[in-house]
Amino acid sequence: MQTHRKVRVEIDNVSLAYGTTRVLRDVSLNIEPGEFFALLGPSGSGKSTLLRMLAGFNQSQTGAIKVDGADITGVSPWQRDIGMVFQNYALWPHMTVAQNVAFGLEERKLPRAEVMRRTAAALELVGLADYGARRPNQLSGGQQQRVAVARTIAIEPKVLLLDEPLSNLDAKLRVHMRTELLALQRKLGITTIFVTHDQEEALSIADRVAVLDAGVIQQVGAPTELYDRPVNRFIANFIGTINLLPGSVNSARQFVSPLFGAQTIAVDTALSGAAELAIRPHALKVIAADAAPAADCVWVNGTVTEREFLGEAMRYRVDIAGTTLIADAPHFGGSSHAPGARVKLGIDPKAVSVLPAA
Amino acid sequence: MNQRLSFTHAAIAVAIAAFLILFLLIPVATVIYVAFTNSDGSLTFSHFGSFFSLTLMRESFYNSLYVGGMSVLISSIISLPLAYFTMRFRFRGAVLIQTLGVLPLIMPPFVGAAAMQLLFGRSGSVNLLLNDWFGFGIPFMEGLNGVIFVEALHYFPFILLNLTVALGNIDSAMEESAQNLGASGFRLFRRIVFPLAMPGYLAGAALVFLKVFDDVGTPLVLNVTNILAAQAYLRITSIGIDDPIGYVASVIMVIASIIALWGSTWLMRGRDYATQQRGGSTLAKRELKPWQAVLAYGWIILVLLVVLSPHLGILLLSLSKVWSYSVVPDVYTLDNYVTVFRDSSGMMTNTLLYCGIAAGLDVVLGTAIAYLILRTKLAGRQWLDLVATGAIAIPGVVLGIGYLRTFKDFQLPFTDEPFTAFWVIIVIAYAVRRLPYALRSCTAALQQLHVSLEEAAENLGASKNRTIYRVVVPLMAGGILAGFVTSFLTAAVELSATIMLVTAQSNAPMSYGIYLYMQSIAGRGPGAALGVVAVVTVAIGTYFSNRLIRNRAAGVEAQLLKTGV
Repeated sequence: MQTHRKVRVEIDNVSLAYGTTRVLRDVSLNIEPGEFFALLGPSGSGKSTLLRMLAGFNQSQTGAIKVDGADITGVSPWQRDIGMVFQNYALWPHMTVAQNVAFGLEERKLPRAEVMRRTAAALELVGLADYGARRPNQLSGGQQQRVAVARTIAIEPKVLLLDEPLSNLDAKLRVHMRTELLALQRKLGITTIFVTHDQEEALSIADRVAVLDAGVIQQVGAPTELYDRPVNRFIANFIGTINLLPGSVNSARQFVSPLFGAQTIAVDTALSGAAELAIRPHALKVIAADAAPAADCVWVNGTVTEREFLGEAMRYRVDIAGTTLIADAPHFGGSSHAPGARVKLGIDPKAVSVLPAA
Repeated sequence: MNQRLSFTHAAIAVAIAAFLILFLLIPVATVIYVAFTNSDGSLTFSHFGSFFSLTLMRESFYNSLYVGGMSVLISSIISLPLAYFTMRFRFRGAVLIQTLGVLPLIMPPFVGAAAMQLLFGRSGSVNLLLNDWFGFGIPFMEGLNGVIFVEALHYFPFILLNLTVALGNIDSAMEESAQNLGASGFRLFRRIVFPLAMPGYLAGAALVFLKVFDDVGTPLVLNVTNILAAQAYLRITSIGIDDPIGYVASVIMVIASIIALWGSTWLMRGRDYATQQRGGSTLAKRELKPWQAVLAYGWIILVLLVVLSPHLGILLLSLSKVWSYSVVPDVYTLDNYVTVFRDSSGMMTNTLLYCGIAAGLDVVLGTAIAYLILRTKLAGRQWLDLVATGAIAIPGVVLGIGYLRTFKDFQLPFTDEPFTAFWVIIVIAYAVRRLPYALRSCTAALQQLHVSLEEAAENLGASKNRTIYRVVVPLMAGGILAGFVTSFLTAAVELSATIMLVTAQSNAPMSYGIYLYMQSIAGRGPGAALGVVAVVTVAIGTYFSNRLIRNRAAGVEAQLLKTGV
């Protein structure tokens, strides 16, 4: 199977509403050639609708979608050449594995010899070369998923769409299959868009991620960007665990909060006035109340109310003047702070971000 | 499971087995035995030799296969577009499918056959009009054509319903993935949709074939006697109970039915086509384009007109004094109804009595078998299911002949009356023939009942029997009732076994009465009137039972919600 020509996908202001229910609102995205792009969001966010719109199963009521520069709005699904792997794989039970994979090639009226060659190559690529004569229901979940992938890439589509490709697999297999999918995508270089509700999945393999909620794109960016610099409350809460502290940004670009007393935190933001400070649990330092604090952090006093052992870290819930913060201290066999212990929490100004007030 | 309980289960199983052996296996085995033995009991194939040496029998054999096959074909041609249109496009077809679905239940083909002769026959309404307008006619009702036409029109809903359900069970992703890979239109239908619906289609086709093969009334009413069922009936009733040719015809009918039934299952062996998954949706419904709408509605209206024509015809016939060589009757009257209610009210009572007892017996047997299969590990329980369901492959004429032969020397105690002349034998024949319907209904009801509901009752101190009484049966009630109604209604229009077993008019049910009237030209009016009475009774019964079942089911559902199950 040769390397695909990498194509760009441009989604320009698409919308979809069923009656008064707005599923997608003015969604625009620019997906780079050869990119592994994730659409992440809770159920009902519109991510699958957007994917199905790319495949032609839903029609946008506004805007346009361009693939490789050509407008595909109005092109029927069977003429789009955009391969989709379905969530439940949708392998046809009345055909063998090889017949399933050959289907798209036959529909393209390719000569028999080429159909056979490319079917074999696709099965080879997913490591199922010897399974052609089996029926889909004789395969395990992971194997079925590979057949679904083979069936789609056999037609060498311009773009590959994956609809929750790993959701039907058990946890261990899921981690394995996602590295396999990524390796395959890198090998073929095909522009790939996949939908998932699992943030870990999206962050671990995608080049870039678009997070959707209520039919609106909340943020687009590289996984680290979403994690480190969430632009709003939804993103901050949706991706990972985070502490949100209410306060305000003064004219000197200092974050002020009653929790910090007279101390302020220098922040890099264009916002001013009421705001929220977002801090990841692992960015908070926890030391005993009588220990010497380092100078690069802002320190506040608190009391441990609960602790929870996560393996790599100890998670503390620390009460600071009535507000509970979550702090993760790396764990390597040392002593920990028992509930009731007086501690100091250190906030590193370099590891915080500022969100508009809720 | 404790000892006493398994003993109870075993005792029930033995009782059911005894019933099935006595009234299904032995009579059928007797028919087969007679077909293969000389009068001294020695094995012979000579009866088959003489059967196939008779031109009439050879002809009947081919005709039966031809009529069965053609009826399946015509039924398919009617059903395929209807099923596809309703499942694939957004239009008001669902109501129609439901309406068409009950038509064969409420009127057996032999009732409408005479009306069809008047409407579509050589000098029937349609051909009179065709001749007037275009100067030619269409031989709808000539010979075997008539049988095929009538049978296909009555039984196509079996294919339609099965196909619709099968199409409804196809996950939309099955179709979308094919479109995604470049398939569309008819290719998509041929390569993906139809193959996935194949099990449903074959099941429906096998049923149509069985029904047509079983039907003796329609050919006889249409005066077609060179067909196996008619020959089996005529040989036994005119030549006698010892005529081996009738038995050979019976054996061939049983074999053909079994091949049709098992063949359809065998073709689909090992293929689990249930593609509908959790959270999946069914085939997306598209809007019809204007020309498609014209085509779809045109076809539906045409089918509906033709399907309703026997019903309309029988109504006209029942209200007519004279109806021949004219498009509609010349003189209308209510005399036929007066005649029927004066002469045949006994038959109406008989139908209610026979079918009521038979259907009651069926749901008791059906519930017991369903419970034994799904809730116990009793050895051989699958055989009960297999044998009880197998009754569907035994044509009524064959079962009737089997009863006559098996019980011919059996006298009722305290009287000199032979058992074969006793009305109860008709009830038993109905019960055996309709048991598969009741059984399927009861099994489905019990399958939906999660075993944890019973375990919860036992956990709270209810014994097995108390649990069955307080939890299982109340929750199965909808299914049991549905089984009762289906058994009752289909028994009410049964003729194949009835025609063999009725010995006196006083014992005859309505179906036999209609057939008897239809034998003579003068009797057609009253026959049609009796047919209308039967159809109306059955239709009312269907309507109310449907409502009852729906309310009942809704009640059960509400209870489940309330208890948080």
